[in-house]
Amino acid sequence: MGRYLIRRLLQAIPVLLGATLLIYAVVFALPGDPVASMFGEKRMDEDIVNIIREQYHLNDPFIVQYWHYISGVFQGNFGRTFAGVEVSEIIAGKFQVTLNLAFTALVMEAVIGVGLGLYAALRRGRAQDTLVLASTLVLISIPTLVTGFVLQLLLGVKLKQSTGIEIFPVAGVSDGLRSYLLPAFVLAGTSIAYLTRLTRTNLVETLRADYIRTAVAKGMPRRRVIGRHALRNALIPLVTYLGADLGTLMGGAVITETIFNLPGIGQELFRSVYERQQPVVVGIVTLLVLVYILANLIVDLLYAVLDPRIRYE
Amino acid sequence: MTSTPPLPAWGTGGGENEPLLTVEDLHVEFTTRQGVVKAVNGVSYALRAGETLAVLGESGSGKSVTAQAIMGILDTPPARIPKGRVRFRGTDLLRLSEDARSQFRGRRISMIFQDALSALNPVFTVGSQIGEMFQVHQGVSRRDAERRAVELMDRVRIPGARQRLHDYPHQFSGGMRQRIMIAMAIALDPEVLIADEPTTALDVTVQAQIMELLAEVQRESGMGLILITHDLGVVADVADKIVVMYGGRVVENAPVHDVYRSPAHPYTRGLLESVPRIDRKGRELYAIAGMPPNLLDMPPGCAFAPRCPYRQDNCVTDPVPLYRIGATRGSACHYWREVLDGGHG
Ligand SMILES: Nc1ncnc2c1ncn2[C@@H]1O[C@H](COP(=O)(O)OP(=O)(O)OP(=O)(O)O)[C@@H](O)[C@H]1O
Ligand code: SF4
Ligand SMILES: [Mg+2]
Repeated sequence: MGRYLIRRLLQAIPVLLGATLLIYAVVFALPGDPVASMFGEKRMDEDIVNIIREQYHLNDPFIVQYWHYISGVFQGNFGRTFAGVEVSEIIAGKFQVTLNLAFTALVMEAVIGVGLGLYAALRRGRAQDTLVLASTLVLISIPTLVTGFVLQLLLGVKLKQSTGIEIFPVAGVSDGLRSYLLPAFVLAGTSIAYLTRLTRTNLVETLRADYIRTAVAKGMPRRRVIGRHALRNALIPLVTYLGADLGTLMGGAVITETIFNLPGIGQELFRSVYERQQPVVVGIVTLLVLVYILANLIVDLLYAVLDPRIRYE
Repeated sequence: MTSTPPLPAWGTGGGENEPLLTVEDLHVEFTTRQGVVKAVNGVSYALRAGETLAVLGESGSGKSVTAQAIMGILDTPPARIPKGRVRFRGTDLLRLSEDARSQFRGRRISMIFQDALSALNPVFTVGSQIGEMFQVHQGVSRRDAERRAVELMDRVRIPGARQRLHDYPHQFSGGMRQRIMIAMAIALDPEVLIADEPTTALDVTVQAQIMELLAEVQRESGMGLILITHDLGVVADVADKIVVMYGGRVVENAPVHDVYRSPAHPYTRGLLESVPRIDRKGRELYAIAGMPPNLLDMPPGCAFAPRCPYRQDNCVTDPVPLYRIGATRGSACHYWREVLDGGHG
C-alpha cells in the first residue's frame, strides 16, 4: 500500500505539470498587455513598466516564465499579483468558502442521492420509482443557472416575504452553515440526480446477484439482506462517482458563487479572468487540479478498503 | 390439465418413517415478455430423514425452480405458484407468512448452490459469512460466532481454519469455497439440505471430495439430502431414491437400484445410456436427440413425444399421469411396460 501511494503521488506530478502548463499557456495567450491594462487610461512610465516586466519575467520566453512560476508553486509560493499582493493570500480565505460549499454539496449529494436511489430501487417498476426517475431526468435537463435563480427567488426571497423569517439566506456567508444550504443544493442538483439514478441501477443489479439469493436462503432478515449484503456491494461504484464529483463541484462553484454572491474561488476566478490577473487565474486552476488529483487518489484508496478483491502493489 | 396423483407413489401415510418434506403437485410459472413460462407443472416428491433423493434431468427441466420454491427464494413476481403444497413435517410452507417462512430458511432447511464463488458475498470475510448464521439466528456474540465458525470450518476440513477465518471468498480454491458454503448450510443443523449441482463447477477430483463430504455430513447429522445433478455417475453411489424430471414434470421416480437395473421411462433410459460406462465399452454413446420442450407452449400429452423412440399415436394427445408401477415406483409413460421389458421401441 505504501509503495502504491508513493507511485501514485509520483504519477500525479506529470499530470499537474501538464495541466498547469496548459492553463498557463491559455491565460498568457489572452490578447492585451497585462501591464498596460494595470495603468488603465493613465500614461505609462517606461521605467516602472520595465521594472514590472523584469520582476514578472515578462521579457523571457514563455517556457522560462512558466518554469519560474511552477518552481515557486512547489515551494508553496503562488506568486504575486501585478499590484503586489500575494496570490496565496487572496486564495486562502476564498478557498475555504469554496471548500465549505463543495463539501456541503457533496454530503447532500451522498445522502439524498443514495437515499432516493435506494428508495426507488426497492420499489422498482412501481409509481414511486417512475416518479423518482422522471424527476431526476427533469433535474438533469435544467441548467444550474435556472435552478439557481428559481430556488433563490422561491426559497430565499418569497419564503422570507411570506413567513417573515429568513430560512435560506440568498447571498453571502454571514450565517454559517445555513448560508451554504441553498447554494450547495443548487450546486449539487445535477449530481444528485445522476447519483440517484446510478444508485438505483446499481442496487437493482446487485439485488439480482447470487450472493443475495444465498443471504435470503440463509434466513437473513430483509433489512440485513439489503442494508448489509446488497448495499455494501452497491456502494463501491458510488464512492468512485462521489470522489470524481468533488472536482466537478469545485469547478461548478463559479456559477453558484456568482448567483449567491459567495466570496469563494469560483467568484474570484471569474473576476480574475475579467481583470486579467493571470497569476491568480493560474493559481486557482492549479489548486483545483491539485484537489482533483487528491480526490482521485483518495477514491482509489477507498476502493481497496471497500472491495477486498482489489489489492494495490 | 393434469391427472398426476397429488401424492407421490410412496405416499405420506403415517408410520414411524413419515416423510420430512413432501412436494405435492407443485406448479410454478414465470411471467415473461414472451408469455407465461410453465417451469414446473405438477411436481411431487418426498424426502425422509437420513435419506438422499437425487433429482435428475436436463437443463431447464425445472430442478432448481422446484428447489427454490421449497426454500421460498423465488422472486415473486416474475414467479408465481398457482398450485401445490410444500409440506415440512406436515406444515404447508406455501401458506405461511413471509416472517413465519423465514424461520425455516437456514435453520431447518438450507441450500447450497452450483457456483460457490458467486454465491458467497465478495466483500465479507468467510468467517463473518459463516458466523452470521449464529449471530442472526441465535443472537450469539461476534466472538462466539467466530469461534463456532472455526469449528465448522474444521468440520468441513478447511486446512488452517483459524488463520483463514479472515480471508475473503476469492482467496480460496473452488473446492474450498464449496466447503465454506456447506459449512454455512449445516451451521444450524438443518433437517433438510438441498444441494443444487454442488459439484458441477469443480474439477473431477474435487467433485469426488465434495460428494464424499456431503455424504459424510449427512451420515453424521441424519438430515435429508436433496441432491440436484446432471450426473448419473454420482447418483449411483450416494442416492437412495431418484426423481427424473422432464419439462417441469416428474417422469420417473424410484429407488436408485431399480432405475439402474431397469428404467421405466424412455427419457430415463436415454439418460442412462448416455453415461459412459466401462462395461459398455465399445458401444456407441447414446445421446438423446432433439430439443427440450417449449415451456411457453406445452402439449396436452407427453412432452417427450417428439424425442421418444417408443412413441405411439396417442402419446401426443393423451395426458400422461404418473402411473404407479410398483410399491415405490412411478413412471409418466403410457408404455412403461414396454420400456421396462427393455425393447428399443
Ligand atoms: N426468473 C425466471 N424468469 C423466467 N424463466 C425462468 C426464471 N427462472 C427459471 N426460468 C425458467 O424455468 C425453467 C426451469 O429452470 P430451472 O433453473 O429449474 O432448470 P434446471 O432444471 O435447474 O436446469 P439446470 O440444469 O440448467 O440448472 C427454465 O426453462 C428457465 O428458463
Ligand atoms: S408416453 Fe409415449 S411419447 Fe411419452 S415417453 Fe411414453 S412412449 Fe414416449
Ligand atoms: Mg439448475
